Parts: sequence; structure tokens; C-alpha cells
Amino acid sequence: MATTATQQTKWWSGGKSPFNIEYGKLMMWYFLMSDAFTFGAFLISYGSIRFSQNFWPDPNVVFNAFPGAGHANLPLAFVSVMTFILIISSVTMVLAVHAGHNNDKKAVIKWLGWTIVGGIAFLSCQAWEWHHLITGTHATLIDGQIQWVGQTTTVNPWGNLVDAETLTAALKNSTVQSIAQVVHEQHGNTMSHEQLLGLPKDQLLNMVNTAELHIREKGPVAFGGYFYGITGFHGFHVLSGVVINIVMLLMAKNDVFAKRGHYLMIEKAGLYWHFVDLVWVFVFLCFYLI
Amino acid sequence: MSEALHVHHDTAVGHDVHHDDHGHHHQSFISKYIFSMDHKTIGKQFLITGIVWAIIGGLFSVLFRLQLGFPGQSFPILETFFGHWAKGGTIQPEFYYALVTMHGTVLVFFVLTAGLSGTFSNFLIPLQIGARDMASPLMNMLSYWFFFMASIIMISSLFIQTGPASGGWTMYPPLSALGQASDGSKLGADLWLISMALFIVSQLLAGLNYISTILNMRTKGMSMTRMPLTIWALFFTAVLGVLSFPVLLSGAVLLLFDRNLGTSFFLSDIVVNGQILPNEGGSAILFQHLFWFLGHPEVYIILLPAMGMCSEVLSVNSRKPIFGYMAMLGSMFAIAILAFLVWAHHMFVTGLNPFLGSVFVLLTLLIAVPSAIKVFNWLTTLWRGNIRFTPAMLFAIGFVSLFISGGLTGIFLGNSTIDIHLHDTMFVIAHFHIVMGVASMFGMFAGIYHWFPKMFGRYLNNTLAYFHFWVTIIGAYLIFWPMHYEGLAGMPRRYLDKSIWVSFNQFGSLDQMITIVTVIVFAVQLMFVFNFFYSIFKGRKVTSTNPWGATTLEWTTPILPGHGNWTGEIPEVHRWPYDYGKDGREFIPQTEPIGANESKH
Repeated sequence: MATTATQQTKWWSGGKSPFNIEYGKLMMWYFLMSDAFTFGAFLISYGSIRFSQNFWPDPNVVFNAFPGAGHANLPLAFVSVMTFILIISSVTMVLAVHAGHNNDKKAVIKWLGWTIVGGIAFLSCQAWEWHHLITGTHATLIDGQIQWVGQTTTVNPWGNLVDAETLTAALKNSTVQSIAQVVHEQHGNTMSHEQLLGLPKDQLLNMVNTAELHIREKGPVAFGGYFYGITGFHGFHVLSGVVINIVMLLMAKNDVFAKRGHYLMIEKAGLYWHFVDLVWVFVFLCFYLI
Repeated sequence: MSEALHVHHDTAVGHDVHHDDHGHHHQSFISKYIFSMDHKTIGKQFLITGIVWAIIGGLFSVLFRLQLGFPGQSFPILETFFGHWAKGGTIQPEFYYALVTMHGTVLVFFVLTAGLSGTFSNFLIPLQIGARDMASPLMNMLSYWFFFMASIIMISSLFIQTGPASGGWTMYPPLSALGQASDGSKLGADLWLISMALFIVSQLLAGLNYISTILNMRTKGMSMTRMPLTIWALFFTAVLGVLSFPVLLSGAVLLLFDRNLGTSFFLSDIVVNGQILPNEGGSAILFQHLFWFLGHPEVYIILLPAMGMCSEVLSVNSRKPIFGYMAMLGSMFAIAILAFLVWAHHMFVTGLNPFLGSVFVLLTLLIAVPSAIKVFNWLTTLWRGNIRFTPAMLFAIGFVSLFISGGLTGIFLGNSTIDIHLHDTMFVIAHFHIVMGVASMFGMFAGIYHWFPKMFGRYLNNTLAYFHFWVTIIGAYLIFWPMHYEGLAGMPRRYLDKSIWVSFNQFGSLDQMITIVTVIVFAVQLMFVFNFFYSIFKGRKVTSTNPWGATTLEWTTPILPGHGNWTGEIPEVHRWPYDYGKDGREFIPQTEPIGANESKH
């Protein structure tokens, strides 16, 4: 048998895996290729629509909020935290796979646990970001008047800035509620929203500091659709990854892998997790950076 | 040795150990026939579900042909069965569009994708490469049951108040996106999209399994170039499916969002029934790109298994080696690559940039090269062969005939300038039905007649089979050949009633003839179905393990192989699968070692 080892091995002549890997890993690689086409199709669609528009919202304007920071302008700060969390979770996944190679059950459980924590943290961040975008309303020029709208699949409040002349006209056309909210936002705590609503419209209009007021037109609707569609699809992948990792964790805990003698399943889950991270890098690039 | 090479222990040989452990333990009816994880049973499940779908989809075509052949005429029996869909016995417009849409959907996806590659990939891959089962029997089972769920949802859409999707099998928005635009775009379209999403999951699970089984689980000696062409064809089919279906999934998901979440991916500037819709910025053409990026590879997903199986059947029954094995392989590879690069030839008239159009014309016409190579190889395989006209062989020859006649009209349509005239006419219908629909159907019949003895241990009835073949081939040409003339004259496809055009009146009797032949051909297919089910239980029994005198591995198994396929060791392979008529011997099985004085092929 010593001679056979020195001969060149015919990997493709049957009877063995030509890549020297088990079928499951091969399947995972092909699945990831397939999934890459799904995301590729989404991102190319997004690109084709985005560049067919005359205007696209500036991500520094859209994504400038941070939980607990109020109205502070912190462009891309929160998404950087999210991305950091996800990348760290990839590192812990690598450590879990590595522990699996050493058949170190305790370390596998520890690092898988941290990966799951990272995944859940990322999903929580995404939930906050979505919630903030949908419920946080902005004064927007719609049909000649100021309306307060959030970022949804049908409205986008991040269009071009409105010039002073249009703004003055629009304020006159707006409802008392809208103007009261503008005044409330500008003056903070001096008067409650209810008190403002009791004032006549002319007095409200006088209270508006038009020089400090930055109102935008409606932006492209496609922004919301693609943002929620693609980050949602990615979030769904993260969720599946978390579920897979939890299953792996329970299997490791119940000695399923120890009895099997190897932790190859962790490796496959790891491939998936890294892929989901990689996709995020592209999503991050396309929605937040460009 | 395995130590030295660090071969993973649960790779190719893993299943050996597994199945020997289990032996032939008793299985309950449910685990043996319903939730079976045996690739042969799953293959049969795909086949029988496909047959049921083919009857439904075929019946749809008979119904809408009644309207096309006899526009406006009353058939009271239709009202008995279909109620308000056929008020007064005439097929109502909504019904007509639902019929053509579902005919296309059912035949393309449920019959010729799941029913064809689903059946034969499952059945043949382990048997022909020498494996106990698929790489993952569990995923294999799941792939059938996802297909089954997709089927149930699609069928249920036939029975809802507003009817099934009816915007054409391509589901182009905005029509398919707006419920207020047509009844079929209400609940029916949602069910269509959900059903297709499940179908895509099924295809993905299946395709991953086929690919990894073929790459990883070949028996000793079964190198890639010793695989039968069937397996190569099924391999390329699986690769195409794994890479193209996910793009349709993206399109389907976005369309579902447009329909239900108020997004504007595919919608912009639309007025429907006097109402101005708020959607802006979307692009309906974008959906067409996403659709045809799947849609074009899809026609090869349908065609390649038929090509592979017919290559096999032609060689076995000509008692000659396949002509140009490597050329066959190379041309299938070329087709698989080109399949991804030609999708926009379906979109020449969408306002596509003419320069871009010319690129797609070039790439489309390039497909003629590998296609011609394959055709010449089939003909040269037949040339001076010792031909046995078994039913499978007849259908395989019929396949070659149809592929040639349908392929030639593809050259017309592939030219963007001619396509401006022919687009959306009956010429297109004629072209793709002959080259893809009927040809692949013939490949499927060839496969069924050839491998039925392996599947059920019995033969199909030959007399009925010959009758089936001759009526079907003559019928297919009678139905689709005249449509070329109609299309060249400008007759549009999908129209409910063309009788108000004076220019098309000359085709009235031709359309009647087509309809009558359709009814006859459909009846003969029912006869085949009868033959199929009757022969499962009452057919003539197979008495030898290798009834066709074939070289491939599936004929080295017992007549009715059990779970694990081979009772002892999996045989080792020593030669390619096409040693027919060599050194004075009729055939030499793949398992026979190369003799000392054997001539080279």
C-alpha cells in the first residue's frame, strides 16, 4: 500500500469523492451558489431601477439615527455597529468550526452560543432600524402641502430639499396638525402639541422658523421597496442561520456529533453563516455606502 | 490507503455500510410508498404525479382548441362541467385565458420539468452511476413533497371563485400584478406565485442532490467520461436548474410584494379602469429579464434530459456505439453555457437596444452549432445500425425528427428582424411546441418505454405502444405544422377569437382540423395512460435482467431492485457505456474488464 500513496491518485475515476469532501459540503457550496444568484438578481434589479431614476436619497441623510441619541445626526453610525456585530459573529463561527476540528465539545458550544448571540443582536438592530424608519415621520412636501410621513413601501420622505418660496406656499396650504407638528419639533418643550393645536393657523405659521426648516420633496418610491425587500430577505437568511445554529448547538450539547466522531455539520452551518455575512457586505455597500 | 489520502469516511462509500446494516427490514406502507426515501420510488412518484398533471394540462389544451377551432360555437356539455366559465356552452374569455395560462404553466413546470427530469434523474442517476441511493435521500423525499405541495396549491387555484392565474404562463406584470385588471390576477395569481416558489424549493433540493450524487458517488471505475450520456444530460439539467430557478424566485418574490405590499418594483404610470395608480418608478421589463433568465435555461432543463435519454435509446437499439461521445458531451456543455446568454431573444420587441439585440442574435444562432452536432451524431448513430424498432426507439427517432423541424424554425425566430414580424404569432407556438414541448414529450415516452421494465418488472403493451407512437407523431405534425403558415400570415397567439379578421378567414377550416386532431391525439394519450397503469399490474413479466441487451449498470441489478439496488457489492466499471457490436460481440457490459486482445474504439 505504500506504493499507492506515491502514485498519482485518480480522483475522478469513481469510487471516491473527487473533491475529497463529503456530499453535504458539496451540496452546501452549490446551494450557496444558487442563493448568490437570488441575491444577485435582487441587487441587479435594484441597481437597474436606481440608475433609471433622476434622484436617489443620500444614505447619510436617511440612516443617521442611533438608539437613545435623539435627533443627533450620526450618519451610518448604527449600521456600522450592526455590520461590526455580524462580522464578529463570523469570527466566533470560525472559532466554533475550529473547535469542532479539535473535537472540543465545550468550545464548540461556547463559540456557537456567541455566534447565535451575534445573530440575534444583528436581527434586533435591524428590527430597531426598520421600526425607526417606518414610524419616524418627516415633514415632506406632498401635493403642494406639508405632510408628516415615514419611510414605507409606498412613500419616501427623502427627496430634494425644497426652496424657501415653495416652502412658504406649502405651509399656507398645510393642515393645522402638520404645522403644529413642525412648530412642536422646532420649539421642543416650550408648548405641548395639544396647546399648539388650539392656536389659530396664522399664529402657528408665524411661529415657524422657515430659515431653519429643511423640508424635502417625496423621494423615489422604489427606495423603500428595495430597501425593505432586500434587507428583509437578508434578515430572513440571518434568522434561518440563527435557527440552524441553535439546532447545531442542541445537537452538540446532546453529543450527536461526539457519537458521530466529527463535527462536520458545524462546518456546513459555518459555510452558510459566512455566506450570509458576505451577502451583507454587498447589501451594506449597495444601500448604505453608494 | 484511505489513511494516506485522508478520504472522508462518509463520502462515496458511506452508503454501502449504511444499507448493509439495515438489510431488507420490513417497511410499512407509508414509509415504502408514501414518504419513501428510496430514489426509485421517488422517481415513480414524480412520474405518476407528472402523468396526472399531463392529463390535466392536456385537457386544458383540448378545451381552448375547441374555442380556437370553433369560435363561439356552443358545446352544452362544457356548461355542465364548468358552469359559468362556459356559459351557454361557449368558453368565456376569462376561462379561455385561464386555460392557456394553466396549460403552459402545468406543461412547462409540472410535467416537463418535475415529471421529466424529476422522474429520470431520480430513477436513473443512482442506477447508472452505481450508487445505493441519492446523496441525501431525505432531501430527495422533501423535494418530491415540496413539488406535491406546489401541485396542491396550483390545483386549488383552479377551484376558487375568481379562477386561476390567467395572464399567460410568463406572468408578465402589470397585468399579473393588478387584481383590478383581470379576475385571474386576483387570488389566482398569488396562488400561482406561492406554488412556483415552493416548486423552486423542490427543484433546488432535487438539483443539489443530483449534482452531488453524480460528482461524489460514482462507483469504482465510473470516471466522468464513462458515464452514460443520460447522466451527463441530467447533470447539466441540474446545474441549469440550480443557477436559474433562484432568479425566478427573486422575480416571484418581488411580484408578490408588488401585489400585496404596495411596492412598485414592476409598476409605473398605470391607469386601470379609469383609476390612476400611485405606483411609480418600477419597470415591467425588469420582470421579463428576471423571468427569461430562468425561462430560457428552462427550455434546456426540459430538453436536455430528453436528449440524453434518446442518445441512450438510439445507441442501444441501433446496436452501435453512440457516434461522437465527446462531441455529444461538449455540445451539451456548450448548450448549458449558451442557455444563460440568450434570454433577451424573447424580448426583441420590448424596446431592447437594437445593438444589444444583435449580440443576443449572435449568441442565439450560436446554439445552432452544438444542436447540429447532436443531430448529426444521432443520425450517424442510426446510420447502418442494426436497428430494433422497439417503441422506445420509435419515440427516440421521433424526437430527432421533431428536434430538427422545430430547431430550424428557431433560426427564423432567433433573428431579431424576422422576430419583429413573427413575435407573438402562431409561428412561435408552432416552433416551441415542436422543438421543446412535443420533442421532450417524445423523449419522456422513449424513457418510459425503455425503462418501464426496470421500474415495474413488466413490459408495456407493444401493440398499444406502436399505435400510440404513430398517432402521436402524425398528430403532432398535423397540429403544429399548419401553425407556421398561420403565424407567417400574422395570426396572433393568445387571441380568443380571430374570426372578425377577414384576412384570417382562410384559416378557419385549418383551425378546425387542428382541433379535431388535438382531440384524437389527446384520446390516444389517455390510451397510453391506460397502458401504463394496466401494465404495472398485468403487463408481460420481464424474465431476464437485461431485456434490451444494454451495457449500462442498471441492467446488472435484480429485475426489481430492492432498497440499495445491488444485493451484493456494487459492481466495478471497466469501460465506457457504448460497447455495442464490438469484436463480433453484440454488446459488452460496462462491468466486464477490458480483454487482452480487445480492439480499441
